[in-house]
Amino acid sequence: MLALTIISSVVFVSCEADETQTVATLSNLVMSDEFDIDGAPDPSLWTYDLGDGTQQGLPAGWGNNELQIYTSNSENVEVQNGLLVITARENTAGGYTSARIKTQGLFEQQYGRFEARIRLPQGKGLWPAFWLLGNDCSQNPWPACGEIDVMEYLGDQPTVVLGSVHGPNFSGAESISKEYQLTNDRFDTDFHVFGIEWSPGRINYYVDDVLYQSITPETIAEETNGAGTWVFDNAFYIILNVAVGGNLPGSPDANTTFPQRMLVDYIRVYN
Amino acid sequence: MKVLTYLKNTLLAGFAIALTVSCERDISDEAIEATFPNTPDIFIDAPVSLTDEFFISFDPAVGANTEGFGTDENEAYAGSSSIRIDVPAPNDPDGNFIGGIFRDRGEGRDLTGYDALTFWAKGSLTGTIQVGFGTDFLTDTYPVSTAIQLSSGWRKYVIPIPDPSRLVQERGMFLFSAGSFDALGNDNPADANSFSDNIGYTFWLDELKFENLGTTNLLYPFILNGQDVEIDNFTGYTQTIDGLGATFNLGNGQNISVEASRAYFDFTSSDNSVATVSATGDVNLIGAGTATITGSIGNATANGSLTLNSTGSFVNAPDPTQAQADVISIYSESYPSVTGFNPGVFAGSNTQSISVQTFEGNSHVNYEGIDFIGIGWDGTVNVTGETMVHVDIQLTSGAGSALVMELIDFGPDDTDNGFGDGTAGGFNVSSQLMEGQWVGIDIPLSAFTLPTGGGGAGNPNLANIGYIVFVSSNGASFLVDNIYFY
Repeated sequence: MLALTIISSVVFVSCEADETQTVATLSNLVMSDEFDIDGAPDPSLWTYDLGDGTQQGLPAGWGNNELQIYTSNSENVEVQNGLLVITARENTAGGYTSARIKTQGLFEQQYGRFEARIRLPQGKGLWPAFWLLGNDCSQNPWPACGEIDVMEYLGDQPTVVLGSVHGPNFSGAESISKEYQLTNDRFDTDFHVFGIEWSPGRINYYVDDVLYQSITPETIAEETNGAGTWVFDNAFYIILNVAVGGNLPGSPDANTTFPQRMLVDYIRVYN
Repeated sequence: MKVLTYLKNTLLAGFAIALTVSCERDISDEAIEATFPNTPDIFIDAPVSLTDEFFISFDPAVGANTEGFGTDENEAYAGSSSIRIDVPAPNDPDGNFIGGIFRDRGEGRDLTGYDALTFWAKGSLTGTIQVGFGTDFLTDTYPVSTAIQLSSGWRKYVIPIPDPSRLVQERGMFLFSAGSFDALGNDNPADANSFSDNIGYTFWLDELKFENLGTTNLLYPFILNGQDVEIDNFTGYTQTIDGLGATFNLGNGQNISVEASRAYFDFTSSDNSVATVSATGDVNLIGAGTATITGSIGNATANGSLTLNSTGSFVNAPDPTQAQADVISIYSESYPSVTGFNPGVFAGSNTQSISVQTFEGNSHVNYEGIDFIGIGWDGTVNVTGETMVHVDIQLTSGAGSALVMELIDFGPDDTDNGFGDGTAGGFNVSSQLMEGQWVGIDIPLSAFTLPTGGGGAGNPNLANIGYIVFVSSNGASFLVDNIYFY
């Protein structure tokens, strides 16, 4: 029902770039947000993670020593000119605000092709991501509920993105992960398509028209010497966020300028 | 219509044909814009299409050492050969630095398809050298340069091109300049001796070429070193916009700033009735009001700006009215004056600045924040036949500024050698000054009765006046014009 509602509201706009995907096989669109209505993100699809993580029971810094406070303010998250704009800002006290939106309880799906067309920010300490989290984390605490990182990026490596999975015995710094490096281009100067095609027993990762990683239960077993478990046969929801600082990217440095923005042209899910 | 710069004769013929054949076509097939080779390579294992001399040194007359340049068959990042540069020690009789350019041997190269100069380099020491391109020792229109620090292993360096579309015919392929290594970290530009303990070293360059990396991101150009400068001045004020360059983020996430010539920039004035700016960044203040000068490279607006506030024309001091025959003039456009006029023969250590300004052909001296300053000229003047001295002063610091004018007499030996035979005296002009207005002050020569800061007892002799001194106990700022005895 929800998916049908969303589809019916989709207005297809012409996007200048050709996003032909030879790497994906699923083409039945079941959810899409083209971000065509200015204002707050569509409340029928998106909700917010707010604060510093302590409301969620995490240590301050979302468990990663991240520096930002997430808000739902328009200066941190807003749809405008056909784009979802998540803006990381430095406040006068030297702290940071940003936003993290999610489809938890509004759109959750097991398997499928999840992709988004995104232009990423720039500068050390910026850590944007497009990722999926299992919808049963309240019963099976992370990492048992599973995490699929379609795209993670560090602002001081403007030509590199990461695709990862986290699960029991392969989480945090031990996640199963692969870098994809652009040649002759950057992720912060133009839009690129980031996607996974997730099926029973396989997650394929792609950037634009390049398939760069395929993760299966066998991959997990090999990478963890048999200790890891495939936990990706469940419904997951989508998260889009821009973190600042923390264990992975390190803190912003003197060359990092604010505000910094992640621009999302669309997000689409196919079966 | 494109701007066509090259092979004008051919193009004119082409236009004529195009116009007679068809109105719809923008340009005829015969009038294809002249293009130049887009050869990217400069040095791979040998120079590529460079002039026969390969390395064109800076002028040895200014210390450039021409002996340390060569190729090295024993070192290469790739292939069989590299460029080897021996940086001289400070006392090298052949010159204490090395540098120069590589020039294209043809009419120049079309670099519009590239976004960076790249090369690999390593040094026997981690010296810092200046590198760039766009300098051809002919027109030097498009220089770009930056400082890089060498490392002891081969490392790739990327020098981004601020606006490749400008480089349709570039002959300046590469520039480098390197001085001795400051091993002790004690170099001080104000002290030449501080360089004497520096040492020579060697560095190598390889795989020197232009590339289209696609990973260099122009963050911002800058003018005036990125500063927002504000100036209050008058019609006729001129300034050239400098401190030009651009900052890029490279594919490895690091920022690099390059200096870039004016030719990469477009300049605009927010109000052309107040101030104009030329394509070469020359600013002219022409009217009353406020105008802001900004710069850009392509669509990217530069950080930094120059805001000019003007009340319009500067009001010069009134022209003197004394007959020329009755006057001995030190400084005035209205009379023949002494030769060798110097507005600051000496100045106290707290004096901020002394400058000469000219508006509509009339000059005056601008003293800012003085403690004391001395005005000198060639020889001395004998004013025993005169009774008065005149000076026009406009106070530019606040009311209450203190100012004493002194006459220094060198004595019969006509030489500035203290008070053996010399005399000096002062006159306090403070009470006559008005902020922002010229005041003509006429002082009887018999009124210089105050003792002077230099030790004069007052009431100077008048036959050998060699200096006029201004002394302020509270850092006065003021303008001076028309100093003459009569």
